[in-house]
Amino acid sequence: MVRPGSHPAALSHLAAVSHHSPFGRKGFLMYKLTGVTRDYSKGRGTVHALQGVDLAIDDGEWLAIQGPTGHGKSTLLQILGGLDKPTSGSVELGGRDLTKLGERQLTKVRAASIGFIFQTFNLIPTLSAQENVETALVPLGVTADKRHERARRALEDVGLGERTRHLPSELSGGQQQRVAVARALVKEPSVLLGDEPTGNLDEGTRDEIMALLEEMWRERGLTLVIVTHDSSVARRAQKIGLMRNGRLEVRQVGDSRRPLAGSVDDYTTDGAKGYDVGGYDNDDGERPPARHARA
Amino acid sequence: MFFTYLLRELRRRMRQAIFIGLGLALGVGLVITVTAASKGVSDGQGSVLKSLYGVGTDITVTQSPTSGSGGGPHFNFQGKAGSGSSTNINRDVLTSGGLGTIKSSSVTTISDQKDVSAAVGALVLNDLKLSGTISTGSSSSGAPGGFAGGSSGSAGRGSLNTSSFSVTGVDPSSDSLGPLASGTITSGSSLTSADANKNVAVVDSDYAKSQNLKVGSAITVAGKSFTVVGIVQAGEGVTDADVYIPLARAQALASMPNEVNTVYVSATSSSDINAVSAEISKALPTSTVTTSSDLASEVTGSLSSASTLANNLGKWLAVAVLIAAFMLASILTMSAVSRRVREFGTLKAIGWTSGRIIRQIMGEALVIGVVGGVVGIGIGYGASAIVQAVAPPLSATTGAASGTSAAGPAAGGFAGHAAAAAHTVSVHLTAPVTLSAIGLAVVLAIAGGLIAGMFGGWRAVRLRPAAALSRLE
Repeated sequence: MVRPGSHPAALSHLAAVSHHSPFGRKGFLMYKLTGVTRDYSKGRGTVHALQGVDLAIDDGEWLAIQGPTGHGKSTLLQILGGLDKPTSGSVELGGRDLTKLGERQLTKVRAASIGFIFQTFNLIPTLSAQENVETALVPLGVTADKRHERARRALEDVGLGERTRHLPSELSGGQQQRVAVARALVKEPSVLLGDEPTGNLDEGTRDEIMALLEEMWRERGLTLVIVTHDSSVARRAQKIGLMRNGRLEVRQVGDSRRPLAGSVDDYTTDGAKGYDVGGYDNDDGERPPARHARA
Repeated sequence: MFFTYLLRELRRRMRQAIFIGLGLALGVGLVITVTAASKGVSDGQGSVLKSLYGVGTDITVTQSPTSGSGGGPHFNFQGKAGSGSSTNINRDVLTSGGLGTIKSSSVTTISDQKDVSAAVGALVLNDLKLSGTISTGSSSSGAPGGFAGGSSGSAGRGSLNTSSFSVTGVDPSSDSLGPLASGTITSGSSLTSADANKNVAVVDSDYAKSQNLKVGSAITVAGKSFTVVGIVQAGEGVTDADVYIPLARAQALASMPNEVNTVYVSATSSSDINAVSAEISKALPTSTVTTSSDLASEVTGSLSSASTLANNLGKWLAVAVLIAAFMLASILTMSAVSRRVREFGTLKAIGWTSGRIIRQIMGEALVIGVVGGVVGIGIGYGASAIVQAVAPPLSATTGAASGTSAAGPAAGGFAGHAAAAAHTVSVHLTAPVTLSAIGLAVVLAIAGGLIAGMFGGWRAVRLRPAAALSRLE
């Protein structure tokens, strides 16, 4: 599937990002985070959710972020998605610093460039699958006819062409997450952010969704950032970031295939599934090919 | 998408929407009912005033009688001294009761005042018939103060019977102002200029019924036979006078040439009434000038109580219910928004602006408000109809307004019959729902919806999308 070059005018500032090749542009930085901190007030104290995070994500790259609960994974994802602002530091998306943008501009960036998938799917319960997908096109000013058509195609792409009229309550968890994926991708974003997208799914459904996301990533050249506790999900990524006490350490899971710092046991304090970030090996047939091989 | 989302959401929250809508409907319905009842009471007061003082009358001018004057009847009969024989008495006289007199020329003076549209004089009288026999040797004179009271009585031995009815001399050239103006001719015709010096009369329908009078019947006024030319139905429940005769004939029969005792004045504009009142008071310093608002303030009885009830208790009750309904709608809408934080957070995350989300919330609240308003109009109509159907007749009493309170027995008149000394009028309360009340209801309903939506929207705008997404439902 080839990404059309007809991005909305609202994204003019991200034009350079939007017109990259179907497989991303090697060496082009989609995200560049420098010295990002995020502090919250909690009771009488302050929580330092992020403490000087530096991060660079190439266009078309897939990054999985792992770490114990409460160590800043979701906060980082929200900052990447323009849903939250850092206390200090800069967050550049396509060369533009999101921290300098007002709420209206951030909303435009989210509307046009960033797709979100959530653990709890977050579909509007009163709207059908098709209408849920259409909600992502509403802020872009797409006409109703085009919305219908694009939403229908997006649902076909995720294998739900026959379920367009179903309400979320009439769909299984996996199907609901497929609708959410369709909603995230229907606007053809540059970036897809997932916050535990398989956290509420059984293993079989998890694998289906991950296969779908991988296919979309592969076909569309998306920049994909997924926060997950699940090692089998993280294993598919090109890079894995480990969040610990608000600090991020990123390792390229490339030819070196070195395990990330920290043992598996370090990341099971919240009772989450065993953390096997170093578990990649040559026999792992599910690991995505190197970027140059995606063609 | 806007309407699809809106209607689906309302359907999902049907029970809550109905609850909010009903709250608004009750508030709006109550406002309509109170407004309608208020209008009904106001119409009732207007009807009383109109009936008492005539259509188009803004001001009445009367004159307080001087002590000892004012029309104590002079019967002029005398027994035969020392004869011990009986004397037959049969007298029929017109008396002006307790009202002082005003020169006819004063009517012209009033007419000439600035801002006066028209002025017409009338002579409010009482016809008293006295018949019977006095069988004493003593005399009984008809000096002023001869008989007070009015039914029947005796003087010495023998018996006297009295009967009376009210007579008003009206200017037949004026049919738009004056005591006859408020009535409706149900049979025959009204008095015309050609009748100015004729012995013709228009009789009140109730009196005609009681006396079995019809057009063409003869009636005796001050011993003179008058032909009934018309039957008039006075305003609702009101009998201003039993018989209307031409003013000139009334003046002649009451021996009050060129005199009237009530002047009906109409101002050029309702805003000029106070100015006209002041002008007349200045031109006729001894007169009593009464405006319709003066009169309204002197109306007592259950109509007045109903007015107080509608204007005070009813108004505040409606306001209180409306405020409660608005608060309920606002709180429930905010609560509904609170339950949808994740939904709105998601929409914000995918690029919906706060404005779009507020419009969505306001739209939902507005639809509830409008539906509540429509139901409220129905409730208002129903409640008004019930009020109209079950409300007992209200009475209104006007007292001193006509300036007669200074008269009475002390003045030697027949106070019991003094015309216009006190009028008690029975009025059926209506509760008309006016277009302006419906307009008010629609505005209130929309305002209720907007206020509720505003609170909900305010709640939604305060959400940070990140916080909204992290909150558990």
